Amino acid sequence: MPAVRGDGMRGLAVFISDIRNCKSKEAEVKRINKELANIRSKFKGDKTLDGYQKKKYVCKLLFIFLLGHDIDFGHMEAVNLLSSNKYSEKQIGYLFISVLVNTNSELINLIIQSIKNDLASRNPIHVNLAMQCIANIGSKEMAEAFGYDIPKLLVSGDTMDVVKQSAALCLLKLFRTSQEIIPGGEWTSRIVHLLNDQHLGVVTAAASLIDALVKRNPDEYKACISLAVSRLSRIVTSSYTDLQDYTYYFVPAPWLSVKLLRLLQNYTPPEDPGLRGRLNECLETILNKAQEPPKSKKVQHSNAKNAVLFEAISLIIHHDSEPNLLVRACNQLGQFLSNRETNLRYLALESMCLLATSEFSHEAIKKHQEVVILSMKMEKDVSVRQQAVDLLYAMCDRSNAEEIVQEMLNYLETADYSIREEMVLKVAILAEKYATDYTWYVDVILNLIRIAGDYVSEEVWYRVIQIVINRDDVQGYAAKTVFEALQAPACHENMVKVGGYILGEFGNLIAGDQRSAPIVQFQLLHSKYHLCSSMTRALLLSTYVKFVNLFPEVKSVVQDVFKQDSNLRSADAELQQRSSEYLQLSIIASTDVLATVLEEMPSFPERESSILNVLKKKKPGRVPENEIRPAKGAPSSESSVSHSTANSHVAAVSSAVSADLLGLSTPPSAASSNVGVLLDVLGDNSFAGSGQQSSTAAPQQNTYNPKKFVCKNNGVLFENDLLQIGVKCEFRQHLGRLGLFYGNKTSFPLQNFSTAIVPGEWANKLNVQVKPVDSILEAGAQIQQMINGECTEDYNDAPSLNISFIYNNVPQKLTIKLPMFLNKFFEPTEMNGESFFARWKNLGGNPQKSQVIFRATQGMDLTAARTKLMGFGMALLDNIDPNPDNFVCAGIVHTSTAQIGCLLRLEPNKPAQMYRLTVRSSKESVSQEVCELLSDQF
Amino acid sequence: MMQFMLLFSRQGKLRLQKWYNAHPDKLKKKITRELITTILARKPKMCSFLEWKDLKIVYKRYASLYFCCAIEQGDNELLTLEIIHRYVELLDKYFGSVCELDIIFNFEKAYFILDELLLGGEIQETSKKNVLKAIAAQDLLQEDEAKVHELRYKNFSNSAPLERISS
Repeated sequence: MPAVRGDGMRGLAVFISDIRNCKSKEAEVKRINKELANIRSKFKGDKTLDGYQKKKYVCKLLFIFLLGHDIDFGHMEAVNLLSSNKYSEKQIGYLFISVLVNTNSELINLIIQSIKNDLASRNPIHVNLAMQCIANIGSKEMAEAFGYDIPKLLVSGDTMDVVKQSAALCLLKLFRTSQEIIPGGEWTSRIVHLLNDQHLGVVTAAASLIDALVKRNPDEYKACISLAVSRLSRIVTSSYTDLQDYTYYFVPAPWLSVKLLRLLQNYTPPEDPGLRGRLNECLETILNKAQEPPKSKKVQHSNAKNAVLFEAISLIIHHDSEPNLLVRACNQLGQFLSNRETNLRYLALESMCLLATSEFSHEAIKKHQEVVILSMKMEKDVSVRQQAVDLLYAMCDRSNAEEIVQEMLNYLETADYSIREEMVLKVAILAEKYATDYTWYVDVILNLIRIAGDYVSEEVWYRVIQIVINRDDVQGYAAKTVFEALQAPACHENMVKVGGYILGEFGNLIAGDQRSAPIVQFQLLHSKYHLCSSMTRALLLSTYVKFVNLFPEVKSVVQDVFKQDSNLRSADAELQQRSSEYLQLSIIASTDVLATVLEEMPSFPERESSILNVLKKKKPGRVPENEIRPAKGAPSSESSVSHSTANSHVAAVSSAVSADLLGLSTPPSAASSNVGVLLDVLGDNSFAGSGQQSSTAAPQQNTYNPKKFVCKNNGVLFENDLLQIGVKCEFRQHLGRLGLFYGNKTSFPLQNFSTAIVPGEWANKLNVQVKPVDSILEAGAQIQQMINGECTEDYNDAPSLNISFIYNNVPQKLTIKLPMFLNKFFEPTEMNGESFFARWKNLGGNPQKSQVIFRATQGMDLTAARTKLMGFGMALLDNIDPNPDNFVCAGIVHTSTAQIGCLLRLEPNKPAQMYRLTVRSSKESVSQEVCELLSDQF
Repeated sequence: MMQFMLLFSRQGKLRLQKWYNAHPDKLKKKITRELITTILARKPKMCSFLEWKDLKIVYKRYASLYFCCAIEQGDNELLTLEIIHRYVELLDKYFGSVCELDIIFNFEKAYFILDELLLGGEIQETSKKNVLKAIAAQDLLQEDEAKVHELRYKNFSNSAPLERISS
């Protein structure tokens, strides 16, 4: 029997010992069930249970819970303990609630009441206990109940330091639960000035709070920059004895330093030169200290010191404006690469990835290439090797691509299975991006298939085929190389696919050589046929029929293959169909027809590689870039050139658009001279007064609100006195079809009726195909026009259609926007709260996030808002946001080249009649466009 | 912000868990199981950090106990190691040289100490002196004024102190 605290909780200690002495799992469960039954009967029957006993039993329940068993009672007793006047009972009550009570418990009101009492206590220990509970549970109800008290405690002059510390973090937790609880106005400055507090513990806690507030509203808290810099400056220049207990293993206030450096990463470099100078001095001092001999051999010293150093480097990278500091950071990290601590090597590689994308430090990083390659090969820990691969990818450019790709290929042969697929994608991207000689590219991809065929995804081999087809300088080489690769006795099925496709297209280019004569090519391919899946067989059948066209001499051999029972009567419908159709084609069709049907594939449209998107999808949020950012304020010459050409293109487009708009607002002079006629026809005198206007500005004053169609697919798109245009649309994946129904409302035919798409910014990203329409629209009749769209990349706005016709000898022209907005290509995605929040957090970076706050224009009708969101195309997810009034949605934008995941949250603020809309997606432009589309819908 | 902290033994038994975000119990159990398996499978010289879902895991072994924290992408890994170390130091100071059994038998104390160090997943007080002062003030309030050293259970087993082995 152990010694226990006075008459303390002897029962608890005995129980714990009992459990520990259990020889088997069954015995343990039995003992626990016995105890649960005992406690249950005590709680139920024994009215005289005193505080001590309640505490003991609640504590036992807690212990049982921590062993991994479910606890479904005792909550009430725990809540009772909260109001005990004995501290130890109160404390256990709070502990049980923190560990076991969910945010949506029905006891929450009782708990809140007890907390209220303790918050009002004069004893700071009680106050802190109450705040710990708030911070642990932090529900909406608590945010409402304490949204006033906690900020007051935080800034009030007579609050003790320990209470202030808790209050800052408690408020932070409530702010994370519901963002509106932070009072603005004068509070802002009082909160910011906590950074000046005497007590370093208060400053540390406040820095966490301010960091979160700044993220929401950087401008409002701008004053914190100078305060943070001066505080930081004081810390880094102090000696380790100055800060007493806030010095940790000879490092002055490492936690606070890191918090301040993080806080500054929310802003661009300070504009004030003095402040900027001081900050740079701090950063230099931190870099200098890294070079000093350590003050202690303990790992705690080096960890704390380097924690500050890494955070300083993060800030330097974030500012990306001080070449000197960036290069120094590179050198420092380079030194870490050969440090004996695995942790440091890991972090150094990670930070260097970011430095590699800065214009200033890219070259400096390249100096460490050899060491990084060694890390990739030699590190014992796969996560470190993975970081090395990421860094090689990030530092790769035209000058070192061949070497890096070769090293990655070499390593791939022995690489861990867990990182192979990603490496394959990276090699494929680098090879394509930096290929000057496409034979090299072909070699690399075929090597990839040879070494790691299982990890070569469809996108990778599709891509090599696209490139070979589009570049005739490499086709012969590709044919020769695949032919050689296929000679291997065991070659990967992906190799057969690529080989089959390429020989089917370009086998003729190598047919002159006896060693690769047509029949040899055919037999080589066919020797793999039986080992392949039916999908590959189907592809090979197409290759064979292409051979019939390319090499008439193998026709009969090929026909024999088609005729085999295993093909012609294959159980696989696709194989059966191909065999019989190809067989008939080869028998019936003349050479001309054959040549036309089986002609070489046309070039693929030039598009961005889809492999990059696969990589991004695999690792959302943390794909290392292989792209050098243009430095802030100093664009590199290359990017400025491409920028200006893009601009001139846009300018041309917009001038075309404005010309159209002009045409719309000032109609041809013929129109005005015919006003009278028009009015007569309409026979409506009420128009007489405003006749001029009604004719000239017809399209605008009539019902036309294209944005209405952001959230719906069918309805009347446009209507004026002459014409009604209805629309019906259907979208599937990246394809869309619009049916426009033109109804002639007059009793005269509309002649020369024609439509044309107005070119716009979306042009290269959305292929729009307008089917022809009858040129006469009879009186009272309706005609239909189909418009097809294919989304190849995300775009802004929506295409417009010019409609022109002649009505009663007056030419009419109008421009309407087609409801083909980006959101139409959404596929709704259902997910649970867990994966939603995981993704949400993942997409938290600034460029991926877009947010607008806007006033409700249509009252705060949440049911209507709900309907609209449901029509928007994303999945509306219920029971995810803790606030039932908030809406969250998830969806994927389908384009033919990429799928872009997108999450959305709409928070109504009823009292203010405002909405806040936050959109996060893996692509910045998508977030912005979705925000744009939705921001005037409510 | 720290998402959660787990303490578990070399045998994979969970000794303490602290969650700074609400999750259903089922999910917590799943996460715990997954992480314990992953970490126990790692070799001693490996990196103390690993990527896990969208979080970063920072862990360190002290004698028979593993301390494991999950932090967010922006958080500082090295300093998280030192949060763990500071916690171990505090436990060590409070219990005398602390061992796994102290944490088993006095799990509530382990929680109270942690609550003084971290609040809502953020560091609250980094000064060892101040935390111990706060805990001492709590103990003083307890009506049964037991002396701290009476809390020892060393005679139960000879499990090695946590602090001693690591440093």
